[in-house]
Amino acid sequence: MKKLLTNDEFNTALLSLSKEYDIYAPVTLPFKGTFSDTDLVKYEKITKLEEINLKDKSYYSAKEILLPIRQTIFYFNENEFKKPEGRTKKALVLLRSCDLHAIERVDNIYLNNKFADEYYADAKKMVKFAVIGCPGKGWESCFCASMGTNTTENYNLGLTFKDGAVYTHIKDEELNEFFNDGKEEEFQMEFVTENVEKVTVPENIELEDIINDEMWRDYDRCIKCGRCNFVCPTCTCFTTQDIFNRDNSKTGERRRVWASCHVDGFTTMAGGHEFRQKSGDRMRFKVMHKISDYKKRFGTHMCIGCGRCDDACPEYISYINCINKLSKKLGDNNE
Amino acid sequence: MSNIYMPERGEILSIVQESPIEWLFKVKTTIKPAPGQFIQLSIPMVGEAPISVANYNHDEEWIEFLIRKVGKVTDAIFNLQPGDSIFLRGAYGNCFPMDIYSGKRVIVVAGGSGTAPVRPLIKHFIDDQNTDIELIFGFKDQESILFKKEIDEWRKKAPMILTVDKGCGIDGECVGLVTEYIPHLKMYEGFDNLEVVIVGPPMMMKYSALEFLKLGIPEDKIWVSFERNMSCAVGKCGHCKIDETYVCLEGPIFNYVKAKKLLD
Repeated sequence: MKKLLTNDEFNTALLSLSKEYDIYAPVTLPFKGTFSDTDLVKYEKITKLEEINLKDKSYYSAKEILLPIRQTIFYFNENEFKKPEGRTKKALVLLRSCDLHAIERVDNIYLNNKFADEYYADAKKMVKFAVIGCPGKGWESCFCASMGTNTTENYNLGLTFKDGAVYTHIKDEELNEFFNDGKEEEFQMEFVTENVEKVTVPENIELEDIINDEMWRDYDRCIKCGRCNFVCPTCTCFTTQDIFNRDNSKTGERRRVWASCHVDGFTTMAGGHEFRQKSGDRMRFKVMHKISDYKKRFGTHMCIGCGRCDDACPEYISYINCINKLSKKLGDNNE
Repeated sequence: MSNIYMPERGEILSIVQESPIEWLFKVKTTIKPAPGQFIQLSIPMVGEAPISVANYNHDEEWIEFLIRKVGKVTDAIFNLQPGDSIFLRGAYGNCFPMDIYSGKRVIVVAGGSGTAPVRPLIKHFIDDQNTDIELIFGFKDQESILFKKEIDEWRKKAPMILTVDKGCGIDGECVGLVTEYIPHLKMYEGFDNLEVVIVGPPMMMKYSALEFLKLGIPEDKIWVSFERNMSCAVGKCGHCKIDETYVCLEGPIFNYVKAKKLLD
């Protein structure tokens, strides 16, 4: 069903939805940015349209709704291990086409990589996705068109915000009841067809052909902060931690926290042996996962072209340039 | 769907000191591993660590782990006593392809604590009339030699070279790295019927494999076992991934044809 709702009618829908769903959308957190006097755009719970930041790209992706930064695997005391209840209220997540593609990438690792993760699976069952169309060419560092993630049909709800009204495509019947207002109107979702940035991804890279290339030394200036991983919607690595309660050391929890392949310690084994000590080699490891080895395993590229890694890097390292450089190099070699 | 992260309780049956830093823990558990697999061992409030299976008995329901005191979790394990609880999940990873080895001549080269993961394999084949086995063990020095009693028994049943990196060559031990002794092995005539298993520190595995290749042994006859940082052991946490391979899922045992392409 396709409908045109005024902003007020849409807010009425959000209000009734919020009784059954936690609604997440990009919002602006004033002065929470990395640098002084800058804002942070990230995913938060909302109840009305005016809270949503539709103008900017969110710094963090929506992945934390399914994979929290810290997630308790179980609580323990002397006698038992107890799994936490998990998400009890349904959720509706407003995100862009590329970010919805990113969720499918995460699915491959968490549901289809030999073992299925029930924490992720349970959370996923509770979540519906509302895709917000993107106007124009997207943002500065976007390259979704190059990655083929600029359009999607796999949403529960499609939203186009235009001229003080909301064009709403309700694909999920369970959501029909919340959209009684407004009039039926045909429209097409607005998706990006072309970006400013264009990326050529080299296909079928053999690791041994590029692993010792000098180009990786350009990235030894990376300071191993891991921001590119934490803002990436498809980076899903974690480290398990056990902690105990300070006031009762016989109770505690095992939890997982986001991990980064750029940050020291990622490969360090007991005894201290570590693989990939140089930053540039960590860059190579990450880039290869995004545009080469994930595809060998799952059939699609992991990278969805959101460009958040380029936005976040404090050293102004460009992943986009890196791929294009690699592509040129491999192209040159093939000629 | 079962919870892949939930461990089960096991009980420590015995603890034997094998070397100054390596103890052998025997744990009562219903988990049934195969040679070459590993278990996620954990102590609540401390953490979890992947430890390879050093021996097992499915009927008697126990697994042995050779543990070196090198980190937070293993430090805590060293404080446990027989009768204490320890938590396990697994068994994880692939295992040695025993059906491929069976009926052939198997050369096992093991260095240091790398003797632990090959111990179930040796125990399986040492009394097998159809499978010939030849062993090279390398240890750092005299006091680092593990499984001494068993090594003495195996020596009676199979050709064996035991070497220590440094120190004096008493009790019939050679001195030097295992790589020096690879050319002295007996079972070379005809490679069709041969399989080589190498387990130990990364450098030892690398140079031992090169030594066998130099002798003309085909790559696909060589097998190695990888060790990596692992947090989940079920292909989620990402720490052990090399290229498109998850060591916890497709490994830790790799044929050399694959292993040589696993570049970090």
